Amino acid sequence: MKRHLISAADLTRDDALLVLDTAEELAHIAERPIKKLPTLRGRTVVNLFFEDSTRTRISFEAAAKRLSADVINFSAKGSSVSKGETLKDTALTLQAMGADAVVIRHGASGAPHTLANSGWLRGSVVNAGDGTHEHPTQALLDAFTMRRRLNDGKGDLEGRRITIVGDVLHSRVARSNVLLLATLGAEVTLVAPPTLLPIGVETWPCQVSYDIDSTLAKSDAVMMLRVQRERMNASYFPTEREYSRRYGLDEKRMAALPEHAIVMHPGPMNRGMEIAANVADSPRSTIVEQVTNGVSVRMAVLYLLLGGSEPAVTTTATEENAK
Amino acid sequence: MSTYLIKNAKVLGGDAQDVLISDGRIAEIGTGLAAPDATQIIEADGHVLLPGLVDLHTHLREPGREDAETVETGTRAAALGGYTAVHAMANTDPVADTAGVVEQVWRLGQESGRCDVHPVGAVTIGLNGERLAELGAMHESAANVKVFSDDGKCVHDAVIMRRALEYVKAFDGVVAQHAQEPRLTEGAQMNEGTVSGILGLRGWPAVAEEAIIARDVLLAAHVGSRLHICHVSTAGSVEIIRWAKSKGWDVTAEVTPHHLLLTDELVRSYDPVYKVNPPLRTAEDVAALREGLADGTIDAVATDHAPHPTEDKDCEWAVAAMGMLGLETALGIVQQTMVESGLLDWAGVADRMSVRPARIGRLDGHGRAIAVGEPANLVLVDPSARRTVEPSELASKSANTPYAGLELPGRVAATFLRGVPTVIDGKLA
Amino acid sequence: MTKASPNSGSRPSDLDPASARAVLEASDIDRVVTRIAHEIVERAKGARDVVLLGIPTRGVALARRLAERLEDIEDEKVPVGALDITMYRDDLRLRPARALERTEIPADGIDGKLVVLVDDVLFSGRTIRAALDALNDIGRPRAVQLAVLVDRGHRELPIRADYVGKNLPTSQREKVQVLLNEYDGRDAVLLGTRGDAAPVPPAATPEAK
Ligand SMILES: [Zn+2]
Repeated sequence: MKRHLISAADLTRDDALLVLDTAEELAHIAERPIKKLPTLRGRTVVNLFFEDSTRTRISFEAAAKRLSADVINFSAKGSSVSKGETLKDTALTLQAMGADAVVIRHGASGAPHTLANSGWLRGSVVNAGDGTHEHPTQALLDAFTMRRRLNDGKGDLEGRRITIVGDVLHSRVARSNVLLLATLGAEVTLVAPPTLLPIGVETWPCQVSYDIDSTLAKSDAVMMLRVQRERMNASYFPTEREYSRRYGLDEKRMAALPEHAIVMHPGPMNRGMEIAANVADSPRSTIVEQVTNGVSVRMAVLYLLLGGSEPAVTTTATEENAK
Repeated sequence: MSTYLIKNAKVLGGDAQDVLISDGRIAEIGTGLAAPDATQIIEADGHVLLPGLVDLHTHLREPGREDAETVETGTRAAALGGYTAVHAMANTDPVADTAGVVEQVWRLGQESGRCDVHPVGAVTIGLNGERLAELGAMHESAANVKVFSDDGKCVHDAVIMRRALEYVKAFDGVVAQHAQEPRLTEGAQMNEGTVSGILGLRGWPAVAEEAIIARDVLLAAHVGSRLHICHVSTAGSVEIIRWAKSKGWDVTAEVTPHHLLLTDELVRSYDPVYKVNPPLRTAEDVAALREGLADGTIDAVATDHAPHPTEDKDCEWAVAAMGMLGLETALGIVQQTMVESGLLDWAGVADRMSVRPARIGRLDGHGRAIAVGEPANLVLVDPSARRTVEPSELASKSANTPYAGLELPGRVAATFLRGVPTVIDGKLA
Repeated sequence: MTKASPNSGSRPSDLDPASARAVLEASDIDRVVTRIAHEIVERAKGARDVVLLGIPTRGVALARRLAERLEDIEDEKVPVGALDITMYRDDLRLRPARALERTEIPADGIDGKLVVLVDDVLFSGRTIRAALDALNDIGRPRAVQLAVLVDRGHRELPIRADYVGKNLPTSQREKVQVLLNEYDGRDAVLLGTRGDAAPVPPAATPEAK
């Protein structure tokens, strides 16, 4: 694995499977009375959040703490981030504090990439969501959830059909999922009104459709993306009602899914907008499970990046130590 | 005033000749010229002699951002780049929208003495696009402004643009438009295309530039005015300008060196050194721009030299300032992209980097033929030299060059401003 | 750590093949496992509360074999599982992060049981130290014992085995390799010099056997 996790594209198939397999083992530990492992004792993980996201921060925090890392939560929101120096100065501070890993959430696409490549700090950088770019650990936990529900927690997602519906243009979750799912062999279809698809989407490793109803019957999983409030008044679509009618997942549409298919949402949801309340609460919905799985997957990522002298090696098979 | 004899220079890349400079003018051209007493001899050794370069688009940052560049440092960079005249853009602080500000910049240029500085006047007060600045007063000032631009911002209101185009006809001025439809580029971070989609950076569509250019050539034709288009960056823009010229309309255009070489693929690094307005486009655009410059659709290479202090570039992409240095590397980039590719010969380089820009800016003393009696504004280029760009070695006060570590062909050996060397042996005189 | 799944087959030989000689053959291993099973029964006075936990990879196979023998002797099912100690190692930072192996604790757990840890080779003792820590997070056994196929000496911690298949005096430079049918296609214990010529300081290879 690379030293940083910035994009889902940083993960080879072997890397991705290693993360998922490791997360699978760690998920068992979460079922024990003593959930804590001593593995990252003495390591410092900084949660550097320039954007509010309590759920993601808590998930990373729980993951780091279960591995016995020291966790520092650094909320940079509210401090003046108008000048770019803030990121640099913050990075230098974290470096001085001896951060072994920095988990960064930032409103600007590319900020984690810049942090990782600037030379400002030595530790690993984990992207916890940057602007409208990527959110690789979300994609990993989504893949983990799909693999558990569809493939018995084993192997890749070869041939599985995944439909992602909604605001692809502004979605870091969609970008990371398309990349990771393609790496794992799944067939992804993006469904959105044309206004919410980026220019160049035809070059992505996926199919694109404007029609949700034509994709549901052959989907193994359907992932509904959140529609941000601020999009609603920017003419991406006429009204919430029309969006919901054309692209929302209601019970009728859910009934069109194959029996085994699951319904996913990265949260937080707009119930009644992109997803009907009954659908969100149905047994097919993995929304709560996704939250649980998030901790195992993030533990796996932190362990594989920080647990050794260097990140896990997946390309050379030196079994010197395989005992 | 001293006398200089340049021996064995290929004038516009032609046969080697000697050029005698005396009293600020070219006194004699021929082979085997004798050197009068007290003449300094410059062995050109087959280097290429061109008319001093003229930049239509330079940000000297003074007044207001002297931490990024000053007229003094900017004109040093210009001289080292082979320039004898630059047009200083109006987006200073305060904005160059009054006779007072343009005269200040003009005087600072005079004091520097290394390169003529011709201030560009703002089209609208404060670059706000709402009310015309005192264009006539700026023209009548000591700065004798002929070029007007709200560069950095687009004159997006069609009525204001029309009025400006019409108004400057009275004194043979020209409006240089920064073509960027503001609504289509709100929050835009880079060229809209495959790369922006992957990087999750707000796209800056080509059509935002092309729509304004299309509108403005039609407006210019309608009112019978001269129009200049700044930093053309897309293949579509080239097509529209080609069409406008085919109609016989008085439209001129410029392209920057970086748009002749760099593409939006570089943005994958999220390195703010590649953040620029207009944004780096695609390889197809680069090819079309080179072709447009070669066939004369695009009249001039203009640097859009845009210095920024380190802190405005040493940060995340979203908050970084837009712009890159250009003066000291422009000629090398043009040699690499246009001369070595066979698209332009050295006479063509002289035309696009000196003759035509001087004509667009109505600069009488620049962009002239290399002929006896003409002002000795000259640059001597060693095309066979190669150099690696080292930001800290640049004369500019800033270091935001996208070419750091890149090996470029050519070297400015000497620059003469009205017979006085500003650069000699590749160093400031 | 490796791309190959932890339980997959043959280990690349860092044992110099020219120097390797078998110190235990298949029949010896078979006999030794049977003997250890009898010793467990004897010392535990029956195998009623015994839980066998193998340490991956080869310890797990040995634990399964032991369980079979115990069942033969006692005619009673003996719970057997696997205990991965990776996350408890004290040498994690000496190498790149490594893949986890499976931990499987028998359904009835280990509380109040006699846990017998099973490993192939006992060397520095650090693996067993990690296993004791791991066990501590899982439950509270009545007692913990250790069974190993080979004890090659060179302990770095105050740890000893309760059941030893073969005591094998070795030098640090030597390497012990256990081959088991389940993974390697045959049963044998090989002793030889390391394939990598350069002598490796013991601290850097604490788990080498
Ligand atoms: Zn501009």
